[in-house]
Amino acid sequence: MTTELKQERPVGKIIVITSGKGGVGKTTTSAAIGAGLAKRGHKTVVIDFDVGLRNLDMIMGCERRVVFDFINVIQGEAKLKQALIKDRRLETLCVLPTSQTRDKDALTKEGVEAVLAELREEFDYIICDSPAGIEKGAQLAMYFADEAVVVTNPEVSSVRDSDRVLGLLASKTKRAEEEGAEPIKAQVLLTRYDAQRIAKGEMMTVEDVLEILAVPLLGIIPESPAVLRASNVGVPIVLDAPSNAGSAYEDAVARLMGEDVALRLDPDRRPGLMRRLFGRTA
Amino acid sequence: MFGRTLWPRRASSAQTAKERLQILLAHERGTGTGPDYLPALQRDILEVIRRHVPVEQDAVEIRMERGREVSSLEINIELPAPRR
Ligand SMILES: Nc1ncnc2c1ncn2[C@@H]1O[C@H](COP(=O)(O)OP(=O)(O)O)[C@@H](O)[C@H]1O
Ligand SMILES: [Mg+2]
Repeated sequence: MTTELKQERPVGKIIVITSGKGGVGKTTTSAAIGAGLAKRGHKTVVIDFDVGLRNLDMIMGCERRVVFDFINVIQGEAKLKQALIKDRRLETLCVLPTSQTRDKDALTKEGVEAVLAELREEFDYIICDSPAGIEKGAQLAMYFADEAVVVTNPEVSSVRDSDRVLGLLASKTKRAEEEGAEPIKAQVLLTRYDAQRIAKGEMMTVEDVLEILAVPLLGIIPESPAVLRASNVGVPIVLDAPSNAGSAYEDAVARLMGEDVALRLDPDRRPGLMRRLFGRTA
Repeated sequence: MFGRTLWPRRASSAQTAKERLQILLAHERGTGTGPDYLPALQRDILEVIRRHVPVEQDAVEIRMERGREVSSLEINIELPAPRR
């Protein structure tokens, strides 16, 4: 008897990378997490929700190959498969770029929903790179999410904005509105973590941030010149030459998948060490 | 001396960044065709082809590679299988 093996369809998990504040590392994180998941063999697509300020394509290094975008698909001007750009380094990785010429009003909830539903059929992970702010664009990027990575820098305005975003995740999303649905699983990713400045008392510690935000920690990404280098050459940091930031992102990806990985960088010992080395400044 | 060993490496990734931007911005700043000409181009190509062969919208695949000297636009059209 020859029965055709039914290929199991992936039920794509939607993860929003969000923050409220701009410039904290959302796009860097979207590229790193997307590439990290794809490297592990998961079919992954990273979507740029930052309409009007297309940047993800540059960070992922596919900017010269953009033909159609997310907005063209939503508006029926192109099919999804025409807009998806396949990564040349990892065949499990795709990018859905955004439009540079339109504004966030070109995004509609129905349009986003339809695109995500189609992507869910094909991909294991759908990473949504949110725009800054807490307005329509950011709300649409998070609306259909199953999980959220709240990118936070250890400084007051970033932590405050993250808190607002956590509030939105818990109230203005599909999972929040649907009766009986599991709430979005939100985790904090501390980025641009500068152990030296924390040692000097200029920046808040991990404990400070987690105490205020009261959500689990996905990882700590150090401030690193390797991030700038990788963005210069258009390579997600986890695919570039080994770096501490790259390893920290790989660990975060492992934790995202439920693995129990210890924090590599021990930020709580560093301050003590710094204090001993340089004397107390705080 | 310290600076000398670090400088060349730093300069090379920054140089790559500059080149990537130059190529991209040259295209974005205007070839005179307007930024959203590709959907319109696709529509027109489809229209012409449909005068002769029935094809679906997603039977057209457009690939672009923007370069410094030349850019290439590759258009693949999947034609319906011949009827037997
Ligand atoms: N861990 C890091 N170390 C050093 N620079 C970083 C790090 N993460 C992000 N950056 C830099 O910060 C800037 C903003 O990052 P980006 O990912 O574009 O933030 P967002 O998408 O939140 O606006 C970029 O110049 C990026 O290179
Ligand atoms: Mg961004």
